[in-house]
Amino acid sequence: MATPVQDERITGRVSGTLGRRLAGPQNRNLWFWVFVGPFVVGLAIFVYIPMIWSVYLSFFDARNTVTPSRFVGFANYHDMLTDPAFLSSLGTFIVFACFIVPTTYIGALGLALLIHRARVFKAFFRSVFFLPTACSYVVASLIWKMSVFQGLRFGLLNTVLRFLGIAPVPWLSISHPPWYWLVIVTLRLWLQLGFYMILFLAGLQRIPVILYEAAAVDGAKPGWQTFRYITFPQLRSTSVAVLILLLINAFQSFDEFYNLLANAGASGGGGYPPYARPPLVYLYYIALGNQQDFGHGGAGAVILALVIALFTVVQGKLLGLGRNSEQ
Amino acid sequence: MSINSPEAAAGPFSRRRFISAVGGAAAAAALAACGSNTGRNGSSSATSAEAGGATTSSAGSSSAGSGAGTTTFATDAVPSTPSSAEQGTVTLSQWYHQYGEAGTQQAVQRYAAAYKAATVKVQWNPGDYEKKAASALLTDSGPDVFEWGNGPSIDQIQAGQVVPLGDILGAAKSDFTQSLVDRMTYQGKLYGVPQVIDMQMMVYRKSMLAKANVKPPETLDELIAAAKTLSNGDVKGLFLGNDGGGGVAAGPLLWSVGADYLTADNQFGFGDPNVAVAFGKLHSLFTSGNLLLGAPSDWSAPDAFTQGLTAMQWTGLWTFPDIVKAVGDDFGVLPWPKFSATVGKPAVPIGAYGSAVSAKSKNPDAAKAYVKWLWVDQTQDQLDFAQSFGFHVPARKSLADKADKLKSGQAAQAVDILQKYGHAQSPLLWTSASGTALSDAVSNIVKSGANPAGELSKVKTVVQAELNRVLK
Repeated sequence: MATPVQDERITGRVSGTLGRRLAGPQNRNLWFWVFVGPFVVGLAIFVYIPMIWSVYLSFFDARNTVTPSRFVGFANYHDMLTDPAFLSSLGTFIVFACFIVPTTYIGALGLALLIHRARVFKAFFRSVFFLPTACSYVVASLIWKMSVFQGLRFGLLNTVLRFLGIAPVPWLSISHPPWYWLVIVTLRLWLQLGFYMILFLAGLQRIPVILYEAAAVDGAKPGWQTFRYITFPQLRSTSVAVLILLLINAFQSFDEFYNLLANAGASGGGGYPPYARPPLVYLYYIALGNQQDFGHGGAGAVILALVIALFTVVQGKLLGLGRNSEQ
Repeated sequence: MSINSPEAAAGPFSRRRFISAVGGAAAAAALAACGSNTGRNGSSSATSAEAGGATTSSAGSSSAGSGAGTTTFATDAVPSTPSSAEQGTVTLSQWYHQYGEAGTQQAVQRYAAAYKAATVKVQWNPGDYEKKAASALLTDSGPDVFEWGNGPSIDQIQAGQVVPLGDILGAAKSDFTQSLVDRMTYQGKLYGVPQVIDMQMMVYRKSMLAKANVKPPETLDELIAAAKTLSNGDVKGLFLGNDGGGGVAAGPLLWSVGADYLTADNQFGFGDPNVAVAFGKLHSLFTSGNLLLGAPSDWSAPDAFTQGLTAMQWTGLWTFPDIVKAVGDDFGVLPWPKFSATVGKPAVPIGAYGSAVSAKSKNPDAAKAYVKWLWVDQTQDQLDFAQSFGFHVPARKSLADKADKLKSGQAAQAVDILQKYGHAQSPLLWTSASGTALSDAVSNIVKSGANPAGELSKVKTVVQAELNRVLK
């Protein structure tokens, strides 16, 4: 620790007692902990300890207890990796991600381009599209379930269909055709498009105008050619960030699935259909539902975390996360 | 760095002093808030805030306030709790799920307030009660006394989360419905006291059936045919829940062909090929378009039926007061129909919330005494609870005979069906993992048209593994 000593020499202060030295020059250490301490404590209590604890639980037979005593090694991991329901939940996620990630990406980019070019009401459109981001997933799910995609003739969409002479569709109750995907995907699009649009808008504003001028001088046609060779490559770092965020968000999806598809079940205990059951919902039912099986739940959570990490790393490598867009 | 001007010195210094004071206070408050969660009395307010709208109400003597006033110093308050227990001012917390019928919450608070030997705080839990209660039972700040559908689960019992209640029923033991007492007993020890019997069955609009010239269905095929005849534009024939019956119909369907979840000696209970056939029929019903799907409230509420969205609905006895209010005498009751004219019997599920005592309770004996007082001794309250709000059948035979509101009309017919065709909702060793496996399979069969025999054999694998686990 040479730096503090040096600082003290510069400021001309002499270090005194131990407490004085721990506080650092100008009480810097003290102030560091005053400002950072509460957040570190909060993070430790609500994030790191539970995380470490769930890893610990994943090696135990932990049913209806969080202080288990029977060590089972990797048995829980083996069970989860051979559990068809858990594997199918990973499959559900992949279907969901394959759809939601490109759709949001293209939609957000398209909206950003349109608004970026808008001559009037730019701020208005920006706000209008961004507003749904402020809505909670739970509230939006209820609106989608109870009003827009309500299964009876009173629902908004069914009213329109009825007007066209089509019988009402119970959107969330049937699995053939899988209309529930329409409900889930439109909900998420509505909520998150605006946010990613703002990211793209920020990216668009960072592109130097000189580039467009130079391109025009060199004979690039406005429209597709300029977008393909100037705008899109310049947005690369934004695109990478957006794609990674989208993928992680898709993995973490829980609220809309749970609120749209969970049903009353047989005895009021609550049930969830086996389709459209993403990993987090499945783990929720294992660990926090009536099963209270924290061992298997913990193992599933660790597997899921590893899968997310793997996807992110691979995606980062492929897209060149952290590489400077100017290079 | 020389500071000569007194103004300059005072400026930053006082600002820093201010920030340090505020920061310190905030940190202290944060720590105190964390600390208070460990306290039993003091944490009740925090718990109810986290629980998202759960209401804690305190009833009884003034000692209830002893913890509430000292939230910040709850850690100090903990050691004092046992000593106050010795003085006969025990505070017990009792949890209920949210009963849908108006007035129930006030009633249970009234019963609790009348208890003199301890102060009972009633917590009413809207939303997902089972998950909330299950998490709370892991901590010290959970309930002392709580209700659980059909008594504590086998996993709760084997993990030692609930205490055996001993000979709490006393002389009244033979007065309780035997099948329910058996359901809440494990290895000869009683873990729950049946509160009231809940029953599910089918209700139908007499006028709609008469108009369509349909007689109340007695077999599965007749039910499917009736649903078809009764479907008429905006009115559907039958409502089995928004999942198309995957949840509620599974049990009755097993019994209606003469099978069960588990056999009497705790083996997989539905290898009968007719089970697969029956589930296949449910699939044809689901795809027929005669089933009401996507209703705003699910099967456990009477709304779809009372609003005329469906001619027949599977629901519970508890909805009868609302149904009578809406349609008067224009409804009839039916059990789940038998499989065919020659095979099987009609069936209805009966269940009971069981009152149990948490092993983490600081005063298990006081909690047991309270359970005995409320659910064994206070027969007048039990009768009130059973028939003043939603309809339930008292768990004690002597009270069932006194329940006047269950002696006439459709309620009497329902009780008659219960006595003839009632089955305990699910066996003790039917774990929730088994339940999930079955409901997944039923959903695959009913909604997606999967091969019934194949799906049921997958269930058998899970059930067998679960049985191996819990049979110790």
